[in-house]
Amino acid sequence: MNTLKPKERMQIQRTEMPEQKPAERIHNFNEVPLGFDPEMAVLEATRCLDCKKPECIVGCPVGIDIPAFLNKIVDHDFAGAAAKIRETNFLPAICGRVCPQDQQCELVCIVGRKNKPVSIGYLERFVSDYERDNGIRTTPETAPPTGHSMAVVGSGPAGLTAAYELRKRGHEVTVFEAFHRGGGVLVYGIPRFRLPLEVIDEDIRTLEEMGVKFQYDAIVGKSMTLDELMGSEFGFSSVFLGTGAGLPKMLGIKGENLNGIYSANEYLTRIYMMGALHFPEYITPIHQGHKIGVIGAGNTAMDVARTAKRMGAEVTVYYRRSREEAPARKEELRHATEEFINFKFLTNPVEFIGDENYTLKAIKCEVMTLAEPDESGRRKPIGTGEFFTEEVDTVVFSLGCNVNPIIAEATPELKTDKWGVVSADRSTLETSKKGVFAGGDIITGGAKVITAMGQAKIAAQAMHDYVMSLETAEV
Amino acid sequence: MPKQFEILYREELVPKTVLFNVYAPLAARAMQAGQFIILRVTDKGERIPISISGWDSEKGTVRIILMAAGRTSTEATMLQVGDCFQDIVGPLGKRSHVEKLAGTVVVIGGGYGTGAILPTARDMKELGNKVIGIIGARSSNLLLLEDEMADICDEVFITTNDGSKGIQGFVTHALEKIVNREEVSYVLAVGPVPMMKAVSEMTRPLKIQTWVSLNAIMVDGTGMCGACRCTVGNKTRFACIHGPDFNGHEVDFAELVARQKMFLKEEKIAMDALKIEEVA
Ligand SMILES: Cc1cc2nc3c(=O)[nH]c(=O)nc-3n(C[C@H](O)[C@H](O)[C@H](O)COP(=O)(O)OP(=O)(O)OC[C@H]3O[C@@H](n4cnc5c(N)ncnc54)[C@H](O)[C@@H]3O)c2cc1C
Ligand SMILES: Cc1cc2nc3c(=O)[nH]c(=O)nc-3n(C[C@H](O)[C@H](O)[C@H](O)COP(=O)(O)OP(=O)(O)OC[C@H]3O[C@@H](n4cnc5c(N)ncnc54)[C@H](O)[C@@H]3O)c2cc1C
Ligand code: SF4
Ligand code: SF4
Ligand code: FES
Repeated sequence: MNTLKPKERMQIQRTEMPEQKPAERIHNFNEVPLGFDPEMAVLEATRCLDCKKPECIVGCPVGIDIPAFLNKIVDHDFAGAAAKIRETNFLPAICGRVCPQDQQCELVCIVGRKNKPVSIGYLERFVSDYERDNGIRTTPETAPPTGHSMAVVGSGPAGLTAAYELRKRGHEVTVFEAFHRGGGVLVYGIPRFRLPLEVIDEDIRTLEEMGVKFQYDAIVGKSMTLDELMGSEFGFSSVFLGTGAGLPKMLGIKGENLNGIYSANEYLTRIYMMGALHFPEYITPIHQGHKIGVIGAGNTAMDVARTAKRMGAEVTVYYRRSREEAPARKEELRHATEEFINFKFLTNPVEFIGDENYTLKAIKCEVMTLAEPDESGRRKPIGTGEFFTEEVDTVVFSLGCNVNPIIAEATPELKTDKWGVVSADRSTLETSKKGVFAGGDIITGGAKVITAMGQAKIAAQAMHDYVMSLETAEV
Repeated sequence: MPKQFEILYREELVPKTVLFNVYAPLAARAMQAGQFIILRVTDKGERIPISISGWDSEKGTVRIILMAAGRTSTEATMLQVGDCFQDIVGPLGKRSHVEKLAGTVVVIGGGYGTGAILPTARDMKELGNKVIGIIGARSSNLLLLEDEMADICDEVFITTNDGSKGIQGFVTHALEKIVNREEVSYVLAVGPVPMMKAVSEMTRPLKIQTWVSLNAIMVDGTGMCGACRCTVGNKTRFACIHGPDFNGHEVDFAELVARQKMFLKEEKIAMDALKIEEVA
């Protein structure tokens, strides 16, 4: 029980998260925020005013009962707090780390009006880490078997959440994943210094303990079609598509295929999923020079820049708008700046210059300026006609992704827009193909972990309703 | 039942080149001519693309031919019957272009490419085409799959650089003989880049539809990373999802060759590490 009066609570300052020092952390891949200890967590949770109409819950895309879990922390019931979160969010250790809280739950927290908001994300991370570190996590209950089996395609946050929600309701669940391991972007994109592998693997293990089957090395659309999954051979009653975006957008400028130029996906996949940061113990190589240019200023670009720094390079970020427009989370921009990464705003790469061996030597950029805000309120960058050229030996571009075409090509009935984004019914997330539902980056073209999870929850409920309304279970 | 990715058959066809029959039911079940798989040998291993030279969807097996080039392919060729690959995923890439044509179909294989063209040759034959095969190698002791080619094709030409068998010279010498003799409507060439390039250059002025299978460096093989990008018809294409077969007349081969060398330094380090392991 929180015995302090609201006024007293408001006077407690936000607990600072201890972090690795920049000069130290650029030499390792360990997490930057070190985590709260129990005292810090209890003190921070005490700051919550336990609002009658908690705005924070509205700010959370999956509607976690935030004051309820914070109250359990105040009572030192960390396991209970974790259980409370898991009623609505299966991946708290992940969301606590990668959610843009400053734009969601913490943005609207009442305490934030006068003081800094309650550290909801860090507390979410704390309770789930506490559970894991102390081995007190329990396997979630599953409802009695329904006789239906469900296929989940993709094992990113959308797929893992769908698998959890479906299994909980008593369905047999098999996850099909193209890669040799699970996690999607959580593993092949988001760096280890933001999200350690153990966190993801523990969640996958929990699903396995619940009885979810994982079929790796299986590409739906190639190894089998959606019709085959729902036909007699595989016998699934319904399919969830959570295959993400995963088709990097190219720059479309001269020299983009020179040696030394990577997409962010390739760069990060080699290093993290394939283990190039442990080369040659892990055999997949990465080849990078000393002067790296990163193009773009979103979260992915920050992840690349900070990774390249840790791999020993001097890093410059090129972005055609200004710092204010940079789409990355504020914390990522701060961390990158602290880590001695150079920023060149209002610069737009127009050409890559190579030598006779097709090896990148330099980048040519145009200096940009910002026009007045357009209808969307965004200021459009326009060229000034002034150019400069700089030496670089590696460039990683991060311009976002289009949706991977494999499943749509194999499934003509599946409606997509011209960027390949799969269309789904707003309320059920059913696609234009009966019995096939979708969520995550495949229907947004690229969003957030928590958005993917929220959609997976909606789709899982709709899939449950759908199969339970079928006359007989085709087992 | 065999284990996942278990090797059921192994044969060293020529030195450093091994044919495997592997249990990989999800890859085998929907395989089509011209497609490939990606494999890993160990759980710290690299993902490498390998063409399919045959499959049995019923038995769930795929047949691959591996040439020991560097670290991963060398480790792979060391596996024996009963061993398992760490991973095999497929089918990847698009099916080779096939159709019934007026003129002759010529399929050309160099090195492991001879295995890769067999399924397409068979499809073309089944469509009622006249199919001629050309197999090239440095020397007669390095020729692959001669008998199988002879079974499928109406005629097979052999070329060796040293003249130890068939026509002395390159596959283009055999192709020249064929185009001078009869109308050729389609050429598929799979093998080393210089070979595919030479074939494409020869058929361009003759306006013969020519396909080459681009062996770009790959990671995922599903379009996610862009490692495999090539320039074809002045456009950036991903070899793994838009190919691997492309119009040979439009391919920027010089860029492909350069991109294949991107990791030369690291590949040597990885290979040396394997040699050290072997000695230890
Ligand atoms: C570098 C980077 C950093 C990011 N940082 C953040 C962040 O800090 N916070 C945040 O909220 N979001 C972040 N995002 C975005 C977030 O990661 C994505 O929105 C989220 O992962 C989408 O989840 P998903 O499950 O839809 O797809 P994915 O995570 O992309 O997973 C899709 C999975 O499906 C598999 N798959 C694809 N096709 C097939 C097929 N045909 N058959 C079988 N399997 C298939 C893929 O291999 C993959 O494992 C980041 C993204 C990137 C790239
Ligand atoms: C579509 C396709 C089909 C192929 N089919 C076959 C086949 O049937 N049999 C066969 O023996 N080989 C095949 N290859 C080539 C094979 O993938 C390479 O020989 C192998 O990756 C070399 O890896 P390594 O570690 O042994 O050698 P390394 O020393 O790492 O590399 C040797 C050379 O192989 C190429 N290479 C390296 N890594 C990769 C990679 N990840 N992907 C692609 N190429 C790479 C590079 O050009 C490099 O210079 C194919 C390649 C492609 C793209
Ligand atoms: S899931 Fe994300 S938005 Fe929701 S409470 Fe946790 S950190 Fe906030
Ligand atoms: S809005 Fe802030 S203070 Fe109010 S319940 Fe949520 S976390 Fe607590
Ligand atoms: S191998 Fe990654 S996109 Fe082709």
